[in-house]
Amino acid sequence: MTATSDIIATLQGQFPALTPRPSADYPAVNVSAASASALLKTLRDSHGYDMLMDLTALDQGEGVSPRFLVVWHLFSTTTHGYVRVAAACEDDASPSMPSVVPLWAGANWHEREAYDMFGIQFAGHPDLRRILMWDGYPYHPLRKDFPLAGKPTELPDAEIAAEVTAKVAPAPMAGGPFVATPSNLDTGDAEPRAKDESWNERRVKPE
Amino acid sequence: MATEFTFPDAAAQAAAHDADAERMSLSMGPSHPSTHGVLRVQLELDGETVLKADPVIGYLHRGEEKIAENMTYNQFVPYTDRLDYLAPLANNVAYAYAIEKLAGVVVPPRCQAIRVIVAELARVSSHLVGLGCFGMDCGAWTPFLYSFNEREKLYRLFEELTGARFTTSYTRIGGLARDLPAGWTDRVLAFCDQFLPILEETIAMLERNRIFVDRTTGIGIITKEDAIAYGLTGPNLRGSGVPIDFRKDTPYSGYEQYEFDVPVGTRGDCYDRFLVRGEEMRQSVRIIRQAIATLPGGDWYARDARKIFAPRKDKVLTSMEELINNFMIVTEGPQVPAGEAFFQAENPKGGLGFYVVSKGGGVPWRLRLRSPSFSNLSIMPKICQGALVGDIVAILGSLDFVMGECDR
Repeated sequence: MTATSDIIATLQGQFPALTPRPSADYPAVNVSAASASALLKTLRDSHGYDMLMDLTALDQGEGVSPRFLVVWHLFSTTTHGYVRVAAACEDDASPSMPSVVPLWAGANWHEREAYDMFGIQFAGHPDLRRILMWDGYPYHPLRKDFPLAGKPTELPDAEIAAEVTAKVAPAPMAGGPFVATPSNLDTGDAEPRAKDESWNERRVKPE
Repeated sequence: MATEFTFPDAAAQAAAHDADAERMSLSMGPSHPSTHGVLRVQLELDGETVLKADPVIGYLHRGEEKIAENMTYNQFVPYTDRLDYLAPLANNVAYAYAIEKLAGVVVPPRCQAIRVIVAELARVSSHLVGLGCFGMDCGAWTPFLYSFNEREKLYRLFEELTGARFTTSYTRIGGLARDLPAGWTDRVLAFCDQFLPILEETIAMLERNRIFVDRTTGIGIITKEDAIAYGLTGPNLRGSGVPIDFRKDTPYSGYEQYEFDVPVGTRGDCYDRFLVRGEEMRQSVRIIRQAIATLPGGDWYARDARKIFAPRKDKVLTSMEELINNFMIVTEGPQVPAGEAFFQAENPKGGLGFYVVSKGGGVPWRLRLRSPSFSNLSIMPKICQGALVGDIVAILGSLDFVMGECDR
C-alpha cells in the first residue's frame, strides 16, 4: 500500500528513531518510550488520527527484554484509517510510559487498565489506580508469569475477611479440561485431561 | 413584656448554611435496577446535585483476555457470547472476522451474508432491550413489555438457528457452526413484517411522551469533541452527531452491498441517543431484508482454509485425511500465522475491537478485547457533573452499556 509507506516515511523524517513495525493490516510503527507522546500528538494534530480507539499493553514473556510494550490504535474520523503505534517500556522490572491523558481524555481508563493488568506506570496520569481488580490487589494478572488459576490472596475488605475467614482461592481446575498448552509439546503432553499439569494419561497422578 | 424582634440577615444566614452544608457520599449500585448489571457509581452529592460521579467497575471481571491466551481460537467463541450478552451473535461474528483477518481467510459470500443477517438480528434484539430498559428507567413500563415480547420472538429464531437462545456460539474461525435451517429465512422475513408496526408503536409511546421527553432532552449532553476524545463508538457517538459507523466506513462482511442509512443526532443528549437506536432498528430490518433477498448459495465456510475450519462430520467419519485434519484442528486449534491484527466491528453497543497477537499455532499470544461499553462508560464523570440524581438514571439508560463487555 502506498499510503502506508507514505505516512511512515513522513513520520520518519520527523522522528528518526522510528522504525516500521511488521503489520498485516494497518500502518504500524515502533517508537521509543520518550518520543511516543510527541509522535501520537503529531498523528492527532497533523495526520487526522483524532480518535484513540484502543490502548493496551503486551507482555513478551519473562526473560525477554524489552518485556512490556504499550500499543496504541488510532482511528481517523475523516479518512477512516487506523494506525498502530507501539513503544517498549524501558525498565522490565518497573515498566513505565508517559501518559497520553492530556491528548485524549478517554486514555484515562485504558491506562488504568494497563496499569492494573500489567503494572505499567503511566507518568503524568491524573488518577492511576486499579480499575478491574480491587484496590490493594497485589498482582498484575495479565502478566505471563501470573498463572491462569490465580493466586491465593486476602479478601479486599479486612473486616469481612476476619469474620468469614475466607481467602480468594485459585480456581480448582485451572482452565478446565481440554485446554491445550500453547507450546511445541506433542499433543499428549500439550493437552492433559485436567489442567493440573502434574499428571496426564502418561504420568500418574500424584497421591 | 415585649421583646424586640429583629429580622435575620438573609445573606448571612445563607452563607452560614452553605458553610456547614454537608456533602453526601452515595453509593449507587452495584445491584441497583438502573445500573443494568453490576456497575457501582460512587456519587458525591450536594443536596440532589451531583458534584462528582465515579463509576466503579470490575464486579463482572472474569479475565477473558487471560482465558483467551490459554485456549484455542475456536474454544474462545463461547466466551465471546458472554461479552455483550444482549447480542452474542454480533460478538461471535466480530471475533470470527478478527481471527480470519490475521489468518488471511476470506469466507465465501453466503457465509458473509448469513453473518450480516444474524448480526443485524442481534442488533435489533440488543436495541430492543436498550430502548425498553431506557423507557422503564424513566418510568414507562409499557414499551419495556412490548420490546421484550419482540425479543422473545427473536430468541426463538436464534434457538432454531443455533440451538441456544442466549449463548449462541454460532461462528467458527473460517465459517459457521452450521448452515441455515430450511425455511428459517422465511420466518425471519415474517418476523420483520410483523415487527415494524410494533416497533413504530413502541417508539411512538416514548417519542412524544411528555414525561420521557422532559427527562431526557437536554440531559447528559455529549459534545462531538468529547465523544471523540473519550473514544465513544456506536449509537452514543452518532447521537452526538459524528457519523462514524464501521459498517460504512471500514466495510466488512459485504456490508457495502446493502443500502442503509446511518442516523445521527444533533444535540447529543439522552433523547438523541434514544432516537438513534430507534432508527437503527428500522435500518437493520432494511439490511436483513436485502441480505435475505440476495442470499447467495454455495459454501457457508471457507473450503480452502484446511488448517482453519474443521472438515464436515460425514467426511471425518469416512476419510482418513479428513479425520487427521479434524483431529489437529480440534486438539491444536486453527493454525494462525504469527503476526498481529486489529479488527473492529460495528456492534449494537459500538465498535467491538479485537487486537490479536499470534506467535503461530492455535492459541493467541495475546487477545485484547476493546469493548465499546468500557469507553462509553468512561465519559460518565464528565457528563454527570452538575446533573441531578434522577438524571443519572436517565444517562445510564441512554448510554446502554453491558457490564459483561465492560469488565470482560
